[in-house]
Amino acid sequence: MAVTEQHKDNATGKYLIVYVCLLALAGIQFVIAYQNIDAGQMFVRMLIVALVEALLAVLIFMHLWAESRGFVIFVAVFTIFVLLAMQYGWTDSFRMERGGAPYSNYSK
Amino acid sequence: MSQADLTMQGHSAALVAGRPFSMPTKKLAMWLFIIADTMTFAACLVAYGFLRVGTPDWPRPFHSITNAAVMTFILLTSSLTMMFGVQSAKSGDKAGAFRWTMITAALGIVFALLHIREWLALIDEGMTLFKNPWGTGLFGASFFSITGLHLTHVTCGVIALIAVGLRYKGGRYNADDLEIMGLYWHFVDLVWMFVVPLVYLMNLTH
Repeated sequence: MAVTEQHKDNATGKYLIVYVCLLALAGIQFVIAYQNIDAGQMFVRMLIVALVEALLAVLIFMHLWAESRGFVIFVAVFTIFVLLAMQYGWTDSFRMERGGAPYSNYSK
Repeated sequence: MSQADLTMQGHSAALVAGRPFSMPTKKLAMWLFIIADTMTFAACLVAYGFLRVGTPDWPRPFHSITNAAVMTFILLTSSLTMMFGVQSAKSGDKAGAFRWTMITAALGIVFALLHIREWLALIDEGMTLFKNPWGTGLFGASFFSITGLHLTHVTCGVIALIAVGLRYKGGRYNADDLEIMGLYWHFVDLVWMFVVPLVYLMNLTH
């Protein structure tokens, strides 16, 4: 019983630390929003912070670190592959920057 | 017992013996749903980014970050309370687990109300799905779609939390079921961590 109580206290401490880290990372995103940098840099910095937040939440809060290695690999490889596959259209978006996207009603 | 019976029994035994990834089926189903839903939100956010980059007159209407900050704090705290609920359930503290689950649901309701209040304020300023006073009408369409989809997930999550919490308290569900519910709630929080910087913080009025 004493071991269970100690284990529970250790887990509570770990969750609180991760919670504070997530709050801090969210705060960093808000700080980045007010930095005097161009949109591209801002996006990259915010995305990196968001990915770190997601990693903490998935590994600790969702207990992915405690699952079998095969499952972790399945989640990581499949998810990352599909997310990367969605990124092929960005050059098209940059091309549209001059004329505006369809239905944007943008006129120069 | 015939040879056919022996063969069938061996085959049936093999079917039930191995679980994919050594995980309960319910949990695997929730993980697969979460992965699929991640793809949905990722597609929405990539499409939003595509439109934003490709549209020079993209509006930046958010003057204050207070509402987004409060909503982020509430959702992150709800993830923590959900963790405490699951932890209590695993250690056999049924009353504690129910209490933390209901606190999580209450925080979800507060989040949803704040979100609706923000929507009403934007609608009051003249923003609709198809037009707004600041720039391209695509902004309203993408903003309401992404945040609306997330709000739907939060609302369904709150209803599910209350239902699962009550059934857990009544003895129909166990700690594993509460943990599986927790996975969904953490996913909802995770999505918000991407929505806030991409949809709110990148569109602040400077």
